[in-house]
Amino acid sequence: MVEKIKQLEMSGITKRFPGVLSNNRVNIQLEAGEVLAILGENGAGKTTLMNILYGLYQPDAGEILLNGKQVRINSPSEAIELGIGMVHQHFMLVPTLTVCENVILGLSKRFFVDLKTAAKRIKEITDRYGLAINPDAFVWQLSVGEQQRVEIIKALYRGANLLILDEPTAVLTPQESNELILLLKNMAQQGNSIILISHKLNEVMALSDRVTVLRDGVVCANVKTQETTQEELAKLMVGREMAPCRREGKYSPGKIVLDLQQVHAKGDKGSEALAGVSLQIKENEILGIAGVSGNGQKELAEVIAGLRKLSSGNIFLNGQDSTNMSPAEIIEQGLGYIPEDRIHVGTIPSFSIWENLILKDHHRSPFAKYSLLQNRKIMSHSSSQVEKYGIKTPDLETPTARLSGGNIQRVVLAREITRNPVALIAAYPTRGLDIGATEYLHSKLLEARSNGVGILLISEDLEELTSICDNIAVLYEGKIMKVIPVEQADERTMGLLMAGIAQDSQFLN
Amino acid sequence: MSSKHNGVFKQIIVLLLALLGALLVGALFLILAKSDPIKAYGVMFSGPLGDKFGITETLVRTVPLLLVGLGIVISFRSGIINIGAEGQILAGAIGATAVGTSLSDVPAMILLPAVFVAGGACGAIWGGIAGWLKARLSVNEILSTVMLNQIALQLYLFLIRGPLIDPKEVSYGTGVPQTALIPEQIWLSRLVPGTRIHSGLIFALVLAVLVYIFLWKTSRGYRLRAVGAGSEAARYAGIKVEWYLVLAMAMAGGMAGLAGVVEVTGVHHRSLEGLSAGYGFSGIVAALFGRLHPLGTIPASILFGALLVGADMMQRAVNIPAAMIMVIQGLVVLFVVSSDYFLRNPDSIVKLKAKFLGQKWIGEVGSKWKDS
Ligand SMILES: Nc1ncnc2c1ncn2[C@@H]1O[C@H](COP(=O)(O)OP(=O)(O)OP(=O)(O)O)[C@@H](O)[C@H]1O
Ligand SMILES: [Mg+2]
Repeated sequence: MVEKIKQLEMSGITKRFPGVLSNNRVNIQLEAGEVLAILGENGAGKTTLMNILYGLYQPDAGEILLNGKQVRINSPSEAIELGIGMVHQHFMLVPTLTVCENVILGLSKRFFVDLKTAAKRIKEITDRYGLAINPDAFVWQLSVGEQQRVEIIKALYRGANLLILDEPTAVLTPQESNELILLLKNMAQQGNSIILISHKLNEVMALSDRVTVLRDGVVCANVKTQETTQEELAKLMVGREMAPCRREGKYSPGKIVLDLQQVHAKGDKGSEALAGVSLQIKENEILGIAGVSGNGQKELAEVIAGLRKLSSGNIFLNGQDSTNMSPAEIIEQGLGYIPEDRIHVGTIPSFSIWENLILKDHHRSPFAKYSLLQNRKIMSHSSSQVEKYGIKTPDLETPTARLSGGNIQRVVLAREITRNPVALIAAYPTRGLDIGATEYLHSKLLEARSNGVGILLISEDLEELTSICDNIAVLYEGKIMKVIPVEQADERTMGLLMAGIAQDSQFLN
Repeated sequence: MSSKHNGVFKQIIVLLLALLGALLVGALFLILAKSDPIKAYGVMFSGPLGDKFGITETLVRTVPLLLVGLGIVISFRSGIINIGAEGQILAGAIGATAVGTSLSDVPAMILLPAVFVAGGACGAIWGGIAGWLKARLSVNEILSTVMLNQIALQLYLFLIRGPLIDPKEVSYGTGVPQTALIPEQIWLSRLVPGTRIHSGLIFALVLAVLVYIFLWKTSRGYRLRAVGAGSEAARYAGIKVEWYLVLAMAMAGGMAGLAGVVEVTGVHHRSLEGLSAGYGFSGIVAALFGRLHPLGTIPASILFGALLVGADMMQRAVNIPAAMIMVIQGLVVLFVVSSDYFLRNPDSIVKLKAKFLGQKWIGEVGSKWKDS
């Protein structure tokens, strides 16, 4: 293998995109065995910086020094040769290939690939680090959390000794996150270097040795983790004090807006993913769905939105039967949906911001008249949305593919919330959002709640659930273990339920 | 705004470079075919632009190329790859001829639109079949359109040799496989007397603008593009993806069908052998070269019209095989499609520069380069 990375320095890195200065004279340093956390709001330029290190972008100015020697990294394969591995914020897997095939994709120089040996090596890695995964599963069958694991395995398989992780825990369960942090700590102790991008300050505190904070493409602080606190980091990032959002006002639910009765549905793998789910969501209520992802969350959301067929059972939306109706009819009946995959389901990447903002209403007044798009109305609507939801973009014509992860989510949010739904499904809506944006999203959900919207919030973040939900239902293997009022949702109870252990016999099947 | 213009400018440069590359490689083939590339290209470029005949003939070919290209733009933008324009042209031509010859007493005011509608509809049905097969049975559209081309061709040949053959051919015993002439009142008027250029050109240009408006300014066009650019998101947004696949193919087929109609009403005045003349494939090239934009397809169609005319002249002047122009066209496709890569990844140009010029990318912001 190549020379181990003892020291990395990026200095004076500047990268400009049309209309944005994404990185402006950024300097970072990293020693072997060190964990560097990079913090910053959505769109601060973290991913851009890492893409430059990984050879995906070329900086307009600046240099990269590895072990004191200047290097030029023209492509990811050159980065990998140098021992740099990257786990992307958005997965770069081939859905139609198996886990094993994805891991070795592009590696074998020979004509025939030796899948057996590869599978064995993958198993070694997964066993060593406790990354449970079936190497023969197809990637399209995997949950987002599982796909993330494949990405990590991919980098490890290629022998990376400097690992870049762009928001790796955004998609992991709390437990998986803890495991990953232990794994990364272990890797660092053995002399590997790690660069971690995360919006979760507790993880940053737990794992990193140093923190570099970016704001609008400029390094605004560089501190030792031991010498700082979460509060200080938050302030450095956002530039102001943060106050977490809490549910306020009494829980006074109105009529039922979404009613699921004994819903059964199959998952992508053909097995039963929802095994008789019954749930009611009322006006002015936020119902949380807790549980480890892959227990039917995706299917639950899709069934309600009409994107997946029920095998039996009934769904009533706003008092009307919506069982197996088309997505269009369900949207018409007043369902809002913030999907888990915001990039490929929630938006069309090559479409501009304004096009994505009218995705569900392009044929409706005031955006269309006699089926002609009303540009002026659309533009004024879009620019007010961009302003109101703080979407960072040079202009409205920018394709959403060019936005940072957090800003894409803001586009989806802006669209779904301003549509004034009767019921809103939010699947992992704060994934990848910075703390300011998370706070903002929570306040928006609470605002929608007080306007009468019934909200189904799917999340793995217990803190998020307990801070804004009225009730929490725990989903385990396609069944609702129990619905409990938020006051009773302590960590222990939830943990047991999420592991499929009911304390008493009264489960709601 | 200025950055947008910049983008268009860059695209034109890259496209012209791609064309140049294709011609350079094409020159190698010409040398292999033992002809003088300089002379050949000389004829090819001076011919179509040289005189009234060259220019009008170029425009005559532009019309079907543009119409087919517009259909290709619609289908490709909707995420469906339509290789079936050849068959759709024939379907349109035969539909137009059948209506035109059988209703020859009807006044032109009614007959001409009827002929256009009939031809367009025949093409639309032929294209729609492939769309339906994809939407309902997930049949790969590339396979189905290629197969449908074959079926259309054989059906067409059968019709012009049998049921629809010109009665005169039978009575004179000559038996040339062609239909009777359509009534003269629905021949498209000539724009320049003494040449073949006909008013179908204006029709095609207007249609290009309409297609542009349709795709970018109407909600249905929005839906088609949404289906093409992100079918999962389109489904999520309540768009009936399958239906729009069929619609896209039907529209694409309709456009190609109209190309058949103008060839009949504007040029040949009947259906005959070899009517589609490869326009179904060249139209794809024109659309790709026009960056799958209806307005971009206009200059691209003119360019490829000129290439076709130039190739004809080249063939006569320099005596090289006709297949040569197919080679050059194929090269253009390869180069244009590859050049897309550079447009999508601006960094790749920087990398290329660094590689070839051996320069480091430490420079000032912008495009100044200095050695380290
Ligand atoms: N390929 C691109 N083309 C144009 N602009 C881009 C491109 N990539 C990033 N940008 C812009 O650069 C800025 C920084 O983006 P970047 O993805 O680095 O942010 P980030 O810090 O990773 O944010 P997040 O926390 O939301 O992931 C954003 O304004 C973004 O719109
Ligand atoms: Mg990012």
